Amino acid sequence: MARITMREAISQAMWEEMERDPNVFILGEEVGVWGGSYAVTKGFYDHFGGERVRDTPIAESAIIGAAIGSAMTGLRPIAELMTINFAFAAMDHIVNEAAKLHYMFGGQFMLPLVIRAVTGGGRQLGATHSQTPDAVFAHFPGLKVVSPGTPEDAKGLLKAAIRSNDPVLFLEHATLYQVRGEVPDGDYVIPIGKSKVQRPGKDVTIVTYSKGLEISMKAAEELAGQGVEAEIVDLRCLRPLDMDPVIDSFKKTNRAVIVEEGWKSFGVGAEISSRIYEQAFDFVDAPIRRVSQKEVPLPYNRTLEQSALPQVADVVAAVKEVL
Amino acid sequence: MDKQTSLDLYYQMVLIRRLEERGAELYQAGKIGGFMHLYIGQEAVSTGLIAARRPQDRVITAYRDHGVAINCGISPNQVMAELLGKATGISKGRGGSMHMADVTKNFWGGHAIVGAHLPLAAGLALGDKYAGRDGVTICMFGEGATNIGFFHEALNLSKVWTLPVLWVCENNMYGMGTTVGRASAVSEIQQKAEGYGMSHARVDGMNVLAVYEAAKKAIEAVRSGSGPSMLEIMTYRFRGHSMGDPERYRKQEEVKKWEEQDPIGVFHAYMITNKKASAKALDEIDERAAADVQKAVEFAEASPEPALETLFDDIYAEEV
Repeated sequence: MARITMREAISQAMWEEMERDPNVFILGEEVGVWGGSYAVTKGFYDHFGGERVRDTPIAESAIIGAAIGSAMTGLRPIAELMTINFAFAAMDHIVNEAAKLHYMFGGQFMLPLVIRAVTGGGRQLGATHSQTPDAVFAHFPGLKVVSPGTPEDAKGLLKAAIRSNDPVLFLEHATLYQVRGEVPDGDYVIPIGKSKVQRPGKDVTIVTYSKGLEISMKAAEELAGQGVEAEIVDLRCLRPLDMDPVIDSFKKTNRAVIVEEGWKSFGVGAEISSRIYEQAFDFVDAPIRRVSQKEVPLPYNRTLEQSALPQVADVVAAVKEVL
Repeated sequence: MDKQTSLDLYYQMVLIRRLEERGAELYQAGKIGGFMHLYIGQEAVSTGLIAARRPQDRVITAYRDHGVAINCGISPNQVMAELLGKATGISKGRGGSMHMADVTKNFWGGHAIVGAHLPLAAGLALGDKYAGRDGVTICMFGEGATNIGFFHEALNLSKVWTLPVLWVCENNMYGMGTTVGRASAVSEIQQKAEGYGMSHARVDGMNVLAVYEAAKKAIEAVRSGSGPSMLEIMTYRFRGHSMGDPERYRKQEEVKKWEEQDPIGVFHAYMITNKKASAKALDEIDERAAADVQKAVEFAEASPEPALETLFDDIYAEEV
């Protein structure tokens, strides 16, 4: 076991897959000579060359569209979007092409495609560069949406995404790149579409993913000091969504808080709480609570921005409400 | 062009015409649903173009795709069955009129979002270049698609990466009901290739041989590694944009004038005048095409509906 950062985990996953399979290549803005705007592909250009680490124009439709087309020919592109906010410029290709071509043509086209994108707020980038619109993309059948919260999961899930024959949107939270964690040695893959209990507990179920996991773990530590043991279920993937560990946990604790960084309206919390009510209504002992971003375009000012983002104290307060 | 090839091109054009005429009837009878865009009048474009490709060359087009599907070698049975939404359709009844494809025939679809398939074409070409294959990707689109951002992003990328793509603009003068002059900054679409440093040519799209010759030259030039290139093929659709088009934007006299240049009539006259075929031989082809369409209609009508339990098949390639 090595202790590495999320950035290193993601980088290693791509590096190892590119060494393993010559059909895997990277394209995106500043992925090559620059080394990646978040330094995830540092060193790749020198090692793999410009054919396999392709700098693109600033043209998101061309990036995603070309990735789709090349995937249809049997290549395994990893398209990097500098941020998920730029995905809106490629929305048609993600939603109308990547998510639909396999189905719409009767299964003829394969799309072994990964779209990596940085998501999340908290870096004082203003409203257009700070969104967490993960749930938007999870809306569409045909896409797989993965968003890990630990280095171990990031590496194993990204490898699974690269080996998958389906289009996968892989969301990396901007403020998690420096987070460190234990990662197994050697080659390993974590299957897409499996939620995981990241912390066992008996009093309340916290359902979360990505940045929400970091916040929830801190909240759980604080709660433990007050005699409350929270069980944390990490979704890891929004589509396909694995509810089994959530329902199993809820049937034990009978109380749930859902923590997400996106807006509450029509979001992950809405989906999860609705499914708990549908699948485990008889086990509900308290109304399910949601912790999320306040319904405002994120402001630049640090104090204002942090006040709009979910915090550890918000999770602790929500848990106390449901107890 | 040898005699047999000429006869085959004539057959393909007549087959497309008859198939779409029957399609229009079946649409009016309520047996075909959704949107349906007829290629009638434009048959010489894809017929000449696709005759000029080699088997390793990929074809991708927009939603007016029945003719392209036939030219690429999809059987009229599978096209008609797809129009009727049957399980035996080329896309298993999932795609309909606008979404036909056959990977085994190197036909990569029928795409219904205007211009969105142009970046895909760049990707298809990248696939061949990356693998060191010598295939050319032939990407067809209407002149209306040259005003959307996808067109410009795709052409730019294809030039920057020297991708083997032949961009083929079918200029039928109308984007739905809006004329080129009202929608495009330049009415000669080939000028747009200049902005991306590409060679280009304008071709008479009512003459299948002219299309064939220009396409052959352009495809082989792209194959030689000289980078992407563009053809602007001048054509005209005799029918409305789609089946639900009241055609308020053009006069019947204009349509009639273009119908005098019917690509099938033009080619028929050429073959007779130049003694490439007898009137009798061409009549026989007309009859064969009509019979093949009749068989396709019977096949499609007799084919089963897709089973309800297949509804969720193929959302993903892998089990989820």
